[in-house]
Amino acid sequence: MSTTKYLFSGFGGQGILFAGKFIAYKGLIDDKQVSWLPSYGPEMRGGTASCSVIVSDEAVGSPIVSAPDVLVAMNLPSLDKYESAVAPGGMIFADSTLIERKVTRDDVKVFYVPATAMASENGFPTLANMIIIGKVLSELGEFDADSINATLAKVISAKHAAMLEVNLKAMSLGAEA
Amino acid sequence: MADKVLMKGNEAIAEAAIIAGCRHYFGYPITPQTEIAAYMAKRMPKIGGCFLQAESEIAAINMVYGVASAGLRVMTSSSSPGISLKGEGLSYLAGSDLPSLVVNVQRGGPGLGGIQPSQSDYFQATRAGGHGDFRMIVLAPASVQEMAELTVKGFELADKYRMTSMLLADGTMGQMMEPVELASLKVNAAPEKPWATNGTKMQRAHNITNSLSLVPEELEQLNFARYERYAEIEANETMYEEYLMDDADICIAAFGIAARVSRNAVDEARRQGIKVGMIRPITLWPFPTAPFKAAADHVKSFISVELSMGQMIEDVKLASECRVPVTLCNRAGGMIPTPEQVLDAIVKANNGGER
Repeated sequence: MSTTKYLFSGFGGQGILFAGKFIAYKGLIDDKQVSWLPSYGPEMRGGTASCSVIVSDEAVGSPIVSAPDVLVAMNLPSLDKYESAVAPGGMIFADSTLIERKVTRDDVKVFYVPATAMASENGFPTLANMIIIGKVLSELGEFDADSINATLAKVISAKHAAMLEVNLKAMSLGAEA
Repeated sequence: MADKVLMKGNEAIAEAAIIAGCRHYFGYPITPQTEIAAYMAKRMPKIGGCFLQAESEIAAINMVYGVASAGLRVMTSSSSPGISLKGEGLSYLAGSDLPSLVVNVQRGGPGLGGIQPSQSDYFQATRAGGHGDFRMIVLAPASVQEMAELTVKGFELADKYRMTSMLLADGTMGQMMEPVELASLKVNAAPEKPWATNGTKMQRAHNITNSLSLVPEELEQLNFARYERYAEIEANETMYEEYLMDDADICIAAFGIAARVSRNAVDEARRQGIKVGMIRPITLWPFPTAPFKAAADHVKSFISVELSMGQMIEDVKLASECRVPVTLCNRAGGMIPTPEQVLDAIVKANNGGER
């Protein structure tokens, strides 16, 4: 029986909610119990965005994640706000293009991925989120092509089918980062 | 899991309403339930339905009155301050014995309050939706799947008893996504409505829907008849879920998101060897009195976990006849209790009130 609690955070436009939705859908494809809860507030474009995702073998109780096992921080305010909340032994994935400082805790595993720079260099500047997701899945030992393809088919509408390939490429780049 | 999709609670309500045969939606946007209106705006035109963004909440509930009079399944949705505006309409619907579904995705109050989740409209929903002697059937979902199922159930009960069903959710339930299976939803077609104002076709006398009744002897009889129906609902339609209650010394009472949070605390307390269980009312009116009354025979105390200053706790006290202590574990104003806070309350109750 295992439960993984994720917290994704960044600013509006980085695909934070989409990244969370991807992980939740992958859980559904993998036959797990899942929940996805966005923060909502009087937000404006460019403001902060975050979402809680729980993937579990058991029924999910509270959908609120206060001590994440996995924190994905896509900007500095997110790392500042949530670094201390991560469960001891948990993992922090930081977009090191936008976050210049290092994580100060020594009881968590930290992965710095220059996702925003990698996304621009590879011609898909909007997919920094998927690069980080690739890294997360790879570190969790869950980078499984079949399940990822099935998930992408769920979260990318038929209208945007052309994006499927490029999302997969972004995730693969992240996995190797 | 091919037939399961992830949906927000708000979207699940909207799609389930369409599945239930609702083709008329009237509303006015307000956080945290606007996705319902957005979903309806997208879908209704494609299926020959009517989506209309009204000029106000009051206009929307009166449009509901109109369609309900015509005998069709109809709904509106809002959040706390908007529901207060609908109060007059809710009373008129009750006075005219018209079926409708009204959704309240609650936010913190009073007044304009905030936009974060709350359960502080419990009194309003179960006691005083508007003026006069009347009740609404109040349904409290605790998962996105239940958001869909209770939407269908709400329409069916509304039609069966000619009254308003209120789906009482909160911002968390509305905004969260969970897997939903909609194909399994069973829908009973709406019953015949010989009272509907849908055209006489020169075959019958005119039907009139009206809540005005100036002869007190007659108005009293209308109230008596309505309360006979309410008694029937109390006897037949009460819904609740029990969790680990068989050997429980302590009983949590919680609905909706509070029940989700409490479930984590109950599981953790059980791991620590504390015999705690939970009764989760699914209908808030009629309140599930029987299980609380039965639990009062064997538990040491009840803990009412609420996102309010303590409203359902009054029903827990009434149902258990105050035979054992009932304490409150709560947050208010848009805050949500943590599992740790509920666990603390359980530990304290288990030690006879001491930490």
